[in-house]
Amino acid sequence: MLRDITIGQYYSVPSIIHKMDPRFKIIASMLYLVSLFLINQIIAYTAVVVFIGIVIKLSKVPVNFIMKGLKPVFMLIIFAFVINVFLTTGTGDPLIHAGFIKIYPEGVERAFFMAIRLILLIIGTSLLTLTTSPIELTDGIEYLLSPFKRIGMPAHELAMMMTIALRFIPTLLEETDKIMKAQMARGADFESGNLMNRAKALIPLLVPLFISAFRRADELAMAMEARCYRGGEGRTRMKVLKYSSRDLYGSAIMIIYLTTCIIL
Amino acid sequence: MIKTENLFFRYADEKEENKYALKNINLHIKDGEFVVIIGHNGSGKSTLSKLFNGIYNPTSGKIYIDGLDTSDEELIWEIRKRAGMVFQNPDNQLVATIVEEDVAFGPENLGLPSSEIRKRVDEALESVKMSEFKRKPPHHLSGGQKQRVAIAGILAMKPKCIIFDEPTAMLDPSGRKEVIQTIRQLNKEEHMTIIHVTHYMDEAVHADRIIVMDEGEIVLEGTPKQVFSKVDALKQIGLDVPQVTLLSYELNKLGFEISLENLTVDEMVSNLCQLK
Repeated sequence: MLRDITIGQYYSVPSIIHKMDPRFKIIASMLYLVSLFLINQIIAYTAVVVFIGIVIKLSKVPVNFIMKGLKPVFMLIIFAFVINVFLTTGTGDPLIHAGFIKIYPEGVERAFFMAIRLILLIIGTSLLTLTTSPIELTDGIEYLLSPFKRIGMPAHELAMMMTIALRFIPTLLEETDKIMKAQMARGADFESGNLMNRAKALIPLLVPLFISAFRRADELAMAMEARCYRGGEGRTRMKVLKYSSRDLYGSAIMIIYLTTCIIL
Repeated sequence: MIKTENLFFRYADEKEENKYALKNINLHIKDGEFVVIIGHNGSGKSTLSKLFNGIYNPTSGKIYIDGLDTSDEELIWEIRKRAGMVFQNPDNQLVATIVEEDVAFGPENLGLPSSEIRKRVDEALESVKMSEFKRKPPHHLSGGQKQRVAIAGILAMKPKCIIFDEPTAMLDPSGRKEVIQTIRQLNKEEHMTIIHVTHYMDEAVHADRIIVMDEGEIVLEGTPKQVFSKVDALKQIGLDVPQVTLLSYELNKLGFEISLENLTVDEMVSNLCQLK
């Protein structure tokens, strides 16, 4: 069960969006986020919905798969909606006036837009992780951060740390599972008692896990050095990120999209 | 390929003044040779293999890899390029989340152009027969497969020599078999110099030369036949001999005239049939 965990929920299908340069996708997602906060007209929202709809269609990721990603934040959306409905004060007459509760038409409108904005935001960012594998994402981040190397930003090191973390998540999960079973076989109880007791029960799990993680880190460092690793300098990559015509069209569409958002 | 001269090594955190992990090691390993270093825990065999790769530096004495002195800081990367190293735990030596990315790690560190890396990665995966798994994440592979990926990662750097530090110690029998076959094939078909550190006697049968270590010293050295026929000496330092050799030894004790140089079942059978 633990073996099947995927980080960042990558959905692997061949599509134009999947094949795009990760650097372009990261920048485009950022611009998209900015655009969501520029708009406040219903027509602009329609434009954004149409745009994201087309992107989803092109990415070949099933819509209900994306909707699943909304579930954990559903409560947050409801909360934002309710707060906005009740706390916005308008200029005209309130729609409903019962005791201290006053609901203005502006409030409803604003709450509605707020909810849509949040939903669009989450869909947009999850599309990035759904269509970009963790490796590409790391590569993209490394590239985008490399200009900041001059002011001391360790871009390569950050990317390497992310890769190693991704690589070791399943290994450490498996190990946790193993230690837990071993402790349970010797009578450890991880499931009953109050919060304090459960936290205490985790200590015999965490201590061996940490020790083993340090030992692994030590061995990994040795193995990496044995394979001539000496930091990012002078290192080349097997897969070079290429800015293709696909990304050029993408950029053009992004520019059109942004100007539309600004005009509207 | 590898030459050591009066090599002594003491761990830096060792408190006792005269406790050396390695004592007076003089070795000469030729190009294309398949050498197995054998010994029980604490005999210094793993330490020796780490010295070959420049991970540790000798306390005194010299090691030359392909004529290069390992204690020279400037030559260290050149040495590691020529003498690759495969470690015991397959999990703790894979870096990337995808098999082919991991194999590319070494050549990427060497700063090769990307087309060359691509070529080397494909060749390396082909020679350990792992091509069909190249897009898989390592945690979906078995121990033996992971270890073969680790070997491919070294092969892609095109070393002249590979040092295996107990590569089968953490594997199940089928994984062991896979890895041993891969190692033998590298030696036979690609004429790679192999140094295989192990404590499994049966893995040593196919070597050109066996070096037996105990307490940081070389106690026996020779072809498998020469080494294994010294059953008493091996038993004394707590090592087992292959089953066939042991059988010959026991039969010999009972008065049958059987050569102690039998290593495989076939040799044993033909030898037994010749008995009168």
